[in-house]
Amino acid sequence: MRNLALTSSIYKFGRRGRTLRTTGVEDMIEHVPMEDQRKGAASLDEARLRQQAIGVKLRQMFDEVVNEPIPDEFLDILRKAEKPSGER
Amino acid sequence: MSEAQVGRSPIDPVRDEVFRKELVTLIPHLRAFARTLTGDPTAADDLAQDAMMKAWDARVSFQLGTNMKAWTFMILRNQFYSEKRRSWRQSQLDQEAAERTLVAVDDPEAPVALDELRMSLAMLPPEQREALILVGAGGFAYEEAADICGCAVGTVKSRVSRARRALQAILESGGYERDGGAAGDAMHAILADAERLSTQR
Repeated sequence: MRNLALTSSIYKFGRRGRTLRTTGVEDMIEHVPMEDQRKGAASLDEARLRQQAIGVKLRQMFDEVVNEPIPDEFLDILRKAEKPSGER
Repeated sequence: MSEAQVGRSPIDPVRDEVFRKELVTLIPHLRAFARTLTGDPTAADDLAQDAMMKAWDARVSFQLGTNMKAWTFMILRNQFYSEKRRSWRQSQLDQEAAERTLVAVDDPEAPVALDELRMSLAMLPPEQREALILVGAGGFAYEEAADICGCAVGTVKSRVSRARRALQAILESGGYERDGGAAGDAMHAILADAERLSTQR
């Protein structure tokens, strides 16, 4: 769950209106500026951690539905379809 | 099992039972996948039921022992696109997503909320979203995802990677500008930006 806490850092970059901060992040990932190696490395780590956090949430979102009980409707429909002489 | 060999016959109760049991175990996954495609629980269950019945009706053509999960996901996906739910969904979600995300970013220190991720995900181009879901949440290998989507493995890889970046960009920007301006426009700007950045090299 530690990963999730790290996601709070996401917002420190955001909300600058139209001038979107995608450039900064892409720079971190694609090419670390030479004059800023150390900061770049740290940012790369941070970007990776943020991606991990998103990945965790993504699975959580999916699994939330997977873990729901199957609605009866599904099993009813299937049961009816199974009847060979077509009672449905 | 010898029944599998006789599986060619349309009427084969034993084989049907094997098939049915496996299909039932896949229902939760079909529902989850459908939910990410439609973004709406009711429409998702309709879609998942349709896919389940299509799979059942086509059971004779399925080879037991092969990947039924991937097979049913492919059916569900085809069903989704053939019903053109896609266009219906996009027009509906743009506005909804805009409204809800604006609320979600109120607290700058809040962790990624599920709801916000859901809305951000809804803003991705459909092919990127489904690729990311299949690989990032559904547990499919790139190869399986490629089979499901009917495209090349490399295409899936690039879609997943673009989806990840776009998603991060959307989350980081807090969705779109908060004051004035059309949220929809800002959203498209984000996506265009993310797209441009992820393709340039």
